[in-house]
Amino acid sequence: MAEESGKIDPMHQFEVTPLFGQEWEIAGYAIPFTNSALWMALTLLVLWLFMLGGMKRELIPGRWQMAVEGVTGFISDMVDSNIGEKGRKYVPYIFSLFMFILFANMLGMLPTALVGVHAFTVTSHLTVTAILAMATFLIVLVVGFGTHGIKFFGLFVPHGTPLVMIPIIFVIELISFLVRPFSLAVRLFVAMTAGHVLLKVLAGFVINAGAAGAATAAFVSVPSFILMIGISLLEVLIAFIQAYVFALLASSYLNDAINLH
Amino acid sequence: MDAEAAKLIGAGLAAIGVGMAALGVGNIWGSFLSSALRNPAAADGQQGRLLIGFAVTELLGLLAFVVAMILLFVV
Repeated sequence: MAEESGKIDPMHQFEVTPLFGQEWEIAGYAIPFTNSALWMALTLLVLWLFMLGGMKRELIPGRWQMAVEGVTGFISDMVDSNIGEKGRKYVPYIFSLFMFILFANMLGMLPTALVGVHAFTVTSHLTVTAILAMATFLIVLVVGFGTHGIKFFGLFVPHGTPLVMIPIIFVIELISFLVRPFSLAVRLFVAMTAGHVLLKVLAGFVINAGAAGAATAAFVSVPSFILMIGISLLEVLIAFIQAYVFALLASSYLNDAINLH
Repeated sequence: MDAEAAKLIGAGLAAIGVGMAALGVGNIWGSFLSSALRNPAAADGQQGRLLIGFAVTELLGLLAFVVAMILLFVV
């Protein structure tokens, strides 16, 4: 499909290729160290350096410490306003989710191709986002059944539901609950994938029209390139909003599990 | 009809869903902005709800995109 439509394949950037360790395997499945794993490790490294530089606990905070405290304060405020006092112990988890997704998104936006390295957006793969979403969903289930036991099913019957409506409402609420990990994962995955595909399609316009002659270059390449700059900025915004939305929804799901409703 | 042509038409039709979700997202941000301008003091407190509404609406557009991608690359 993509080969027919032009020289530039917008899906090529999402290919996972093994870097080394092709002979490693567990139970018959090959587990080489891929470019995806490399960028995940890089995300963790950058995140670790960022936190390390800002956790010196100086009395008069420098710029770096202010940056780190800004993010930690942002997340703990969000958890406080969503869950309340009981949510304090989930702040580390929500914070890790938010920072990992934010840094992975941002690293994928880096123009590292200028130095010959192809940036890989870890969060543009459903496997990665699905693991994050499933971990969140499992925590919600464990917390919900752990604190409320069988009463957790009360979540599926909102207060004041008429008796005749309970069977229908229960099924609807149950489905909307079970769909949550899916929607969490798909939202992040598609938002990142769609943005990167769009950028690569526009890049294809720039290059193909640029090769077609000066007139086409002026009418197609230049506007496409200006549009690409704008969309890159939009993608930085989306990278932040998606990380925030993931953390926000995770904390609001945790709120359902902790406080019922 | 050729199966390949039907796939492409289906993917194109799925793009309508993306546009419809754009209407929804625009409605959410537009209503937020107009009410935030009426009462700026209350605006900051509602940003969480704004983004939840945005995320839920946006998801439907993203699902349309997934349908298009499945039609183009998987089926």
